[in-house]
Parts: sequence; C-alpha cells; structure tokens
Amino acid sequence: MAPSRISTPRLLGVLAFLVGVFVLVPAFIALTGRWDFYYTLTSVALLSVAAAGVWLTFYIGRINIGQGAYALTGGYVSAILITQHGISFWLTLPLAGVFCAAVSVLIGLPILRLRGVYFAMVTLVLTEVARLTALALPITNGAKGITSIPLPGELSIFGLTIIPDFATLENPKLAFYLMAAVLMVVTYLVLWRIVNSRLGHLCRSLQQNEELSASIGVNTAMLRVLAYAISSFFGGLAGAIFVAISQSIYPSSFVVQDSVNFMLYCFLGGLGYVFGPMLGTLLLYFGWDLLSVAKEYQLLIYSGALIALMLVLPNGVLSLLDRKGGRK
Amino acid sequence: MTAPILQVKGVTKRYGGLTANNDISFDVAPQEILSVIGPNGAGKSTLFKQIAGFVTPTTGEVIYKGTKISGLPPHKVARMGVVRTFQETTIFKSMTVRENVIVSHHLRSKASLLGFFFGSSQAKADEAEFGKSADDIIDFLGLQAIRNETASNLPQGHLRALGMAIGLATQPEVILLDEPFAGMNHDETMRMVALVRRLRDERGLTVLLVEHDMPAVMKISDRIVCINFGEKIAEGTPAEIQANPRVIEAYLGSEDAAIGM
Repeated sequence: MAPSRISTPRLLGVLAFLVGVFVLVPAFIALTGRWDFYYTLTSVALLSVAAAGVWLTFYIGRINIGQGAYALTGGYVSAILITQHGISFWLTLPLAGVFCAAVSVLIGLPILRLRGVYFAMVTLVLTEVARLTALALPITNGAKGITSIPLPGELSIFGLTIIPDFATLENPKLAFYLMAAVLMVVTYLVLWRIVNSRLGHLCRSLQQNEELSASIGVNTAMLRVLAYAISSFFGGLAGAIFVAISQSIYPSSFVVQDSVNFMLYCFLGGLGYVFGPMLGTLLLYFGWDLLSVAKEYQLLIYSGALIALMLVLPNGVLSLLDRKGGRK
Repeated sequence: MTAPILQVKGVTKRYGGLTANNDISFDVAPQEILSVIGPNGAGKSTLFKQIAGFVTPTTGEVIYKGTKISGLPPHKVARMGVVRTFQETTIFKSMTVRENVIVSHHLRSKASLLGFFFGSSQAKADEAEFGKSADDIIDFLGLQAIRNETASNLPQGHLRALGMAIGLATQPEVILLDEPFAGMNHDETMRMVALVRRLRDERGLTVLLVEHDMPAVMKISDRIVCINFGEKIAEGTPAEIQANPRVIEAYLGSEDAAIGM
C-alpha cells in the first residue's frame, strides 16, 4: 500500500502508539518511580523484534522454532567484536545482523526444502546446536562465556554526537529502553512494508501453495531463503542488544525455551497480523510476570491459559478485531 | 505443418523399477489444441510435470522454440512461456479472486523486490498495470461477479476458471491444462470447451490438455496423443484416434461409446 493510501484512523493509531511508547511510558515510570519496568519493557521490545522474524517465516508457511540460535549467534558476534577487536557497539549491531543473515542462508538453503513438521524439527535442533557450538569453540570462551562487555559507546558522525556514551549517562536504563523501542518500531515498519508490498503477496502465495507459486514464475527457493535471512537478521539484532544490556553472554543465554517462546508470541498475537507478535510478546511476558503471585502454580496457570487461548482464539488475539466486522 | 513450438523428444521417466513414461515423442504446432489421453495411471500427469519443469526426465528432452527446457526449474520454464495450471484445488485459497490474478502477474514485474519494498515509481507502475490486466482477464473469463470473493468460498466451476486466470496472468504462449473438465456436468463442460477455444482464438495460445472426458476431448482437440502404460500408442486427429484399434484396446471394456460419440 502506498503511503498516500494510509487512512486517517490508522495514522492516528500509529501516532498514539508512538506517543505511548516514547512519552507516556517514560512519564509514567518517572512519576511512579518503578524503574524496574524499564528492564521489562526493554525485554518485551527486543523479544518482539526477534518474534517479528519468526512471524515472517510463518508468513512463508514455515514453522520456525530456531530463532534462539540466531539471537545467540548475534549476541556472540557483537560480544566478540567489541571485546576482542575493540569495534564500536553501534557497528557490531548491523554486523551481527548481517552475520546471522549470512549463516541463515547457508543453513536455509538445504533445510528450507523441508516443509511442515520436518522443518520445525530441524529448526528446533538449531538452538541446541548453537549452544553446543558456543560451548566448544575457543573464540566464544566456552561455558565461562564473555563477561564485562563495555556499555555502548558514543556514536558520532562528523564529530556530531548522535548517541552519547551509555557509560556517562545517569540513566542507561532509559537509554536502552529508547534504543530497543526505536528498533522495535523500525522493525515493525519494515515488516509492515514487506507484507503490504508485492514481496509480501509473493510470500503469501508461497504460504498457500508452493507448487502453484513456482508455476506462476516465482523463484520459490530464493524467496524462502530471503525471508529466512531477514528473519534471522532480526534475531541477530535482538541478540546483540540483549548482550549489550546484560554486558555478558553465555552459551545458555538463549536456549530452546526462548525459541519456543518466540513461536508462542506469534501464535498468541496472530499469524495473520503484522503486529501480532508484538502484542503476543507483551501479553505473554507480562502475563508470566503477573502470575508470579501464584507461586508454584505459576506454570500451571500460564500453560492452562495458553491452551485455552489457542482453543478460543486459534487465529490469535488480534482476530478479535475481525470478529467485530462479522467476518470469521 | 508449421515449425513446432514445443517438441517432446524421446522422454523417458523411471522411478526406480517403475517406468512412468517410455520414449514418448510428439510435436505441438503453434496455436494448436492438443490433448493427451489415456487410462488412469498411464503417465499423463508425469508427462505434464516434465514439460512444466516439475520433474526432470530420466532421458530425452523437451524443446520449446528451439531451446531445451527439460531440467530447468518450474519458475524458469514459466518465465520462458510454458505454464501449467492445476486441478481446481490448486489456487491461493485465502486470497480474493482479484488478488489471485494480480499476484500471478509476478513474471511481468519490472521493478526489483527492493523497488517494491521502497515503493519505487516502477513498482507503482507495475502494480497499476497488473491491476488493469487482472481486470481484463477477469472480464475475459466472465468472473466479474466474484471479483472480490475469497477463493476458498468459490464453487468448482469458478475455481477452474480461476485456475485458468492464474495461468493467463503469467502471459504464457503454451498453457498446460490439467483436467479442465473434470467433475463438470454437460453444460459446464460445453462452456469450458468454448472458453478453451477462445484462449486459442482470441489470445493466440497453444493449449495442451490432459483430460478424461472423451466427448469433450473429441470436440475440442486439433490432435490427440494417446498414452497407455507409459508409452505413446497413437497420435492423430480425433477421427483417427477414434478409429485406432490400439486406442480401442487400451480402453477395452468401454467400447466405442466411451471413447467417441
């Protein structure tokens, strides 16, 4: 859809969202003094970036349970470049993404030929492979991981400071939050644009019928790898920022559980909606935290609620919007 | 006969010990309607898959306008102008009719994928052109009334027409129709026969079809190739095929009534 065709209510919605994220949330936190919320919200933003990638692979008809592998890879690329080569964090961020995309092309070329549960099973193994690789390689420092990673430094172009050195900031939590929020907004803009451009239509044709897609002249193998590479790029970015926040990375920083969660965020939010994974991440992450009052029953209630939600709303929470219009 | 547009030369396909196609050869003239017939399991679909690039022949080759196309992936074969349509279940189910046709214009896009992402002027021009062309095809096939209907809600006859619309959107020169009359009653079949004729007469297409409905095949075809047990047993005009003893034998038990009229 061309920008000129964006309807006014939709524009207002986007504006309200931006104001909420960049003005209301910081204002609320400053008023209540709940600084710990920043960490939670930063995590939600970053997880939703990785989930956006998973969602894109769903969009070409593949169940991706391997995003944790790319988050871990991206984190290690950034950590190694910063600590061992003294490269600025801001440069390692895109490098981590590009590295993950390149790796995903190599892995994707053979495995994207698989469909359905077979592809899902292979991706499920990927996270474990990434963890074991990180344990085994000398450059990743094995189980000890990489620690004491410096905070992101100053980013300046032509002597003009765009982003100040995080270490000199009074409140790096706010800075991380803003960074993650900006990344999330940009990611979903990109995703929205992909889905609503011809590229997205081709992805949908792939999701619905690969053979027909090939017979109308779509290079299905190339398109699958492209979508998977973009997906992994998002995973790498999110991983790199997580590492910058925790200033450390271990082989167990991202495990199979995380990969499964990324998939759940997409399912819960809705596979048919671009902003589904964002909402899904927010609901599940906060839901889990809120349920901590239930102590030992936390997991039981959480998983019960998940099952119930999938039964009642198989197309995700956002499908509630469509129901109002009387459509199925 | 003018120079053939498509040549099938000694195509053989083996799956392990099973020979699905054995040394099949025939030529297709430009703007000809040629039907491939044969009993179930004779190897018709395998032959079609090989022409459209979904399956690579074990030996032999398929030549399109002097270029070998067998062994190329389907999207490249489609790009050259040979497009296969599928049986009715094969459409993009959750898209509307118009979206189905628009997305199938992929081959004609001049803008790059990156251009589409950023909405370059070429991409916008492409989209506008696809929309117009999609409407033309929808009008041509008489699908105006169901333009914005979701494909999964359509009845059989419309699905078949939609499959054809998808094929047409790629602007092929040779179109392969997989059982276009299957499951249709007499009236629907006759309408479809007229439509296939119009594909040739008004759009200048060469049509290859696989079909079981003998009366329709006899009515529509310029020439017929008959396959049995993976081998070509006859080739000729409908009248020649009807009189061919080997064809009658292949359909044994069904007598003349089932083959002809």
